[in-house]
Amino acid sequence: MFPAREHREYPHRYRLEAGKCKKCGKIFFPHRLICSECGHREFEKVILPDTGKLLTFSVIRVAPSQFVDQAPYAIGIAELTNGVRLLAQVADCDVDSLKVGMEVRIEFRRIQTDGHAGVLSYGYKFVPKWY
Amino acid sequence: MRDVAVVGIGINKWGELWEKSFRDIYVEAALAAINDAGVDHLDSMIIGCMSGGLFVGQEHLGSLMADYLGQKHLAASRVESACASGGLAFRHAFIEVASGISDIVMAAGVEKMTDVSGDGATYALATAADQEYEVFHGATFPGLYALMATAHMHKYGTTRDMLSAVAVKNHFNGSMNPFAQYPFKVTKEEVNDSVMVASPLRILDCSPITDGAAAVILTTVDIAKKLGKPIIKVIGSGHATDSIALHQRPDITTLKATTVAAEKAFKMANKKITDINFAEVHDCFTIAEIIVTESLGIFPAGKGGEAALKGETGLEGRFPINTSGGLKSKGHPVGATGVAQIVEVVKQLRGTAENGRQLKKQPKIGMAQNMGGSGGSTLVHILEVA
Repeated sequence: MFPAREHREYPHRYRLEAGKCKKCGKIFFPHRLICSECGHREFEKVILPDTGKLLTFSVIRVAPSQFVDQAPYAIGIAELTNGVRLLAQVADCDVDSLKVGMEVRIEFRRIQTDGHAGVLSYGYKFVPKWY
Repeated sequence: MRDVAVVGIGINKWGELWEKSFRDIYVEAALAAINDAGVDHLDSMIIGCMSGGLFVGQEHLGSLMADYLGQKHLAASRVESACASGGLAFRHAFIEVASGISDIVMAAGVEKMTDVSGDGATYALATAADQEYEVFHGATFPGLYALMATAHMHKYGTTRDMLSAVAVKNHFNGSMNPFAQYPFKVTKEEVNDSVMVASPLRILDCSPITDGAAAVILTTVDIAKKLGKPIIKVIGSGHATDSIALHQRPDITTLKATTVAAEKAFKMANKKITDINFAEVHDCFTIAEIIVTESLGIFPAGKGGEAALKGETGLEGRFPINTSGGLKSKGHPVGATGVAQIVEVVKQLRGTAENGRQLKKQPKIGMAQNMGGSGGSTLVHILEVA
């Protein structure tokens, strides 16, 4: 991870900013410059909802070096209440109790620490809903 | 468009080839293909390689490989489409010959993956996924295919034993392939009990890290006749892409790029799936083979696992898949895989597959499906004995 790359993604990762096509209404996360549904090129900024359901998941036991300290950890794809899908880690859970269809919400967390460039990276993780 | 045939094939023993260099394994396979074809020159060469840069710190492969192959000033290009780089090299070679730009073209794939650490290889492979929105969060390649597997199991009831059946079958076929990295059999119990990598995928669900190369020579059917080799025509070529990120696809239990690439190849060949006798497909993970056989239309959606369990994809089955041992047993040097699939299809069509894996009922039409990343790109080729 490099500082410029990290900085560039702040709006999406820190504030869940997405782009909504002004013509067909499809929401893209991260934002795009052209709509892959209708080809339109104008978007408005929308903030993603912070709740959704787990569509699928896996528990990673053989992890890349930046994530070794966290293993075993779960990753999953969740569909948010507005239909947008995200991939993220599933935190604060017993990894053996995850289920497809489980409700999750998005929380702001530290994602990884890069020893090479010394960058701390933050972003979103899914947390099973407990309320 | 001119009719194109494959007249030469070359492959070397795959594995952890620490004693051999990147350039040498490429040249070994290339020379084997040139010898097999009996051609006296090449007009052009297309090299499929996913990441010479990250695996061995070497780019500019057109110049390097042409030089070490003793081809002064040859037109040589490198193409990249992650694990589908080999299939893409084959397609570009096909296009060059078919268009009339060149008469004799070599498509060769190469990857040297064991010169870096396991973590280095994981990093290089992960560049085929969405860096900012998948890899950033800790997704690995086994992890991405595991997401597909969990979803497939949830939607269709695919089971652990169905995944294992793919590994057992491919290792059985690979045990007869003298070029395979892991030419040994495995049992269902061994797969079921092997180390968990990314649930539900275990280590014996995964293809290995491999050094290897493969090469084929394409030319016009007219020149092929003069060379006196069995004429294996390329009758269909299809290429399609999908979103690089898995979570941006509407359905992750199917591989749309594979379906579309196959449709394009069938249209060009004027064939349908029931005309095909066997296929080499991209089984980087056991779940991949199951989903690919469904996406190609060999089996209905959700029935690929059951078909594998019942032996329908075995050497004696209704639709043999991965007679070579597939990526699982033969190995998966990412840039070379797509070309090696063509090597196996040609061997089967010539009736020269080694040991006991030659199909008993001599096949006439074979297919190769090679994909990159978690299915973000796919190449499908159909070959027929002329």
